[in-house]
Amino acid sequence: MTEPPVRPDEGGRPRRGGFFRRVWAMLIKEGLQLSRDRITFATMIFIPLMQLVLFGYAINTTPRHLPTAILIQDDSDATRAILAAFSNTAYFKIIKQVRSEKDFDFAIASGEVQFGIEFPADFERALRRGDKPALLVAADATDPVATGSAIAALNGIVANALVHERGLPPRDDAESGPLFEIRAHARYNPAAVSQLNIVPGLLGIILTMTMLIFTALSVTRERERGTMESLLAMPIRPVEIMLGKILPYVLIGFIQGAIIIGAGTLLFGVPILGSLPLLAALTTLFIATNLAIGYTFSTVAQNQLQAIQMAFMFFLPNILLSGFAFPFAGMPRWAQWIGEALPLTHFLRITRGIMLKGSDLATLQGDALALAVAMFVAMGVAVARFRQTLD
Amino acid sequence: MSDSGSRAVSDSGSRAVSDSGSRAVSDVGGDGRERAGEGETGNGRAIAIDVNGLTKRFGERVVVRDLSMRVYRGQIYGFLGPNGSGKTTTIRMLCGLLTPDAGTGTCLGYNILTEAAEIKRHVGYMTQRFSLYEDLSVRENLEFVGRLYGLANPRRAAQAALVRLGLEGRGHQLAGTLSGGWKQRLALGACILPEPRLLLLDEPTAGVDPKARRDFWSQIHQLASEGMTVLVSTHYMDEAERCHEIAYIAYGELLTRGPVKDVIRNSGLATWTVTGGDTWRLAEELSSREGVDMVAPFGASLHVAGRDKAKLDAAIAPYRRDPALSWQEDQPTLEDVFIDLMNRSKDNFQ
Repeated sequence: MTEPPVRPDEGGRPRRGGFFRRVWAMLIKEGLQLSRDRITFATMIFIPLMQLVLFGYAINTTPRHLPTAILIQDDSDATRAILAAFSNTAYFKIIKQVRSEKDFDFAIASGEVQFGIEFPADFERALRRGDKPALLVAADATDPVATGSAIAALNGIVANALVHERGLPPRDDAESGPLFEIRAHARYNPAAVSQLNIVPGLLGIILTMTMLIFTALSVTRERERGTMESLLAMPIRPVEIMLGKILPYVLIGFIQGAIIIGAGTLLFGVPILGSLPLLAALTTLFIATNLAIGYTFSTVAQNQLQAIQMAFMFFLPNILLSGFAFPFAGMPRWAQWIGEALPLTHFLRITRGIMLKGSDLATLQGDALALAVAMFVAMGVAVARFRQTLD
Repeated sequence: MSDSGSRAVSDSGSRAVSDSGSRAVSDVGGDGRERAGEGETGNGRAIAIDVNGLTKRFGERVVVRDLSMRVYRGQIYGFLGPNGSGKTTTIRMLCGLLTPDAGTGTCLGYNILTEAAEIKRHVGYMTQRFSLYEDLSVRENLEFVGRLYGLANPRRAAQAALVRLGLEGRGHQLAGTLSGGWKQRLALGACILPEPRLLLLDEPTAGVDPKARRDFWSQIHQLASEGMTVLVSTHYMDEAERCHEIAYIAYGELLTRGPVKDVIRNSGLATWTVTGGDTWRLAEELSSREGVDMVAPFGASLHVAGRDKAKLDAAIAPYRRDPALSWQEDQPTLEDVFIDLMNRSKDNFQ
């Protein structure tokens, strides 16, 4: 077969002075490539939208309606009036009434409530006598941002709570001072040192970021470099590939975690009130969970860039909705539900619990279980998604 | 070629090798009905690959259509065809990397549809593109493969392979820094490390210099003489001639198969070689004439071929009187045969 002779001038002779022409050529090529890469496109749309929605609707740096437990040892008109005043500030939302000091402490330690209000016995009688009784407001101050505004509102309660109550001694004036006082007790972080809150949080943030990226690249790298074809032709099963790829990074994550905890203790004086082995064990679980999630992304993404973009899309809500950057209790319910689905949310409760509150496994078992479930779900999806063929 | 086109059925090959059936495996698998009557199995030669009606689609596109083939144990089977003809797809279906949409078959007696795991254990697949780890050293790559296949002593196996491959001095070199020929040598070494019974080589010598190619082929023959079956895809005609038997595939269909001599003989092509004059103009003129099916330039000469000898002779008759041209009747080359097959098959498709 003979071919027609090649005619070099069919597309017109190249013209001179083609600076804009060449820029244009490059621009067209980039545009075409971009339009073929759906995930990049999706990231460009979704990341700004996600940020906008989360910052606009979900995040509140002066959170209201914070969950509060009450312990009332004196049921009276005065206590009810004072509780109403608490609710009226909109900072406190009474969700639970406990019967004993022990339950009171547990509710705060487990993170179920942010505040506890305790009225001592004979509160009203003392009030009528003009003894200026004190009620206790205990705050979980591991996150000073979350509790700060509410504590600041306490003065207003003291001033106005009993304005309409009759039969009480004359209202406070310059000499006698207020009728009662509120003793605010910021537990776990009395000086409201922000490092104490941030270091345990950073442990989770740093581990999430690095672990996700490590494994998110692992499968796509094999695919991009062409080594996947050889690997698949060899007698190895998907679950074996996955475990072989995840396990080395568990060790790396563990070292990373040790460095952060060590530095946090040495440089910022962050205490570890609870058990260090428990912290190490649950940190390892958290590391494995993130590696599994990253690996799942890796089985979905077409190339390394997509894998990184997916990891980033996952990372963003982790920062914003986990309670790291902004108070968890301040978020609307839907945002809290999303937050509950993120491993970092649970890990933050674990690290703050163990390091600052001295929590034990019994207190944290719900969060530990959530991490384990997330890990197994991610692994299951990854193994199911992993294509053993090139179909 | 006896039957004009789609699927070659006459299993004319397999006489090229006189491999004794001593190492024969008994598990022939597949449907033995048709096979038993053919005779070749009568001499006790075991079958390594036996597939029937393999079809693979990617979306709407049929990449492999109704492909049947059989490869005997210890045979070097050449797999030829133009780019995109379905060679790689076929090889991937054989080793379980792709699932056929239709068809059945066995590879080493294992069902290609259901026993991919067993096949992978006994098949070495050398991919077209270098697919070992470029950021691992030569030795580390070999040890990885050894461990993955569960060899008793991967280190010793890797060391032995290094010596065998002549890569001793390069054990610590990163695989990515090897030249093309050495990469190919390493890839083959990694394939045969777990001592597979079947080698599937996908264009193993693309981009490799002639010396390395020759070394490569002598190694392939060595392995075959030891009982290994080798299916090798290639574009090179000289390599095709080194195979015991070849199959030619184009547009997803197997067009012919058998030993090279038979393929040429059965092609039914009449060929002339013409030298001298303005070959380029001559080629243009000849190719438009009735009876001339193919004109291909070879240096200063042209191969002119036609399926019908009488018509071809009539077509070139006016030119044979031209004193500037020297005509000579010739045997078609394997390339002539393949290009003709391809053109015919393209005609069938369009």
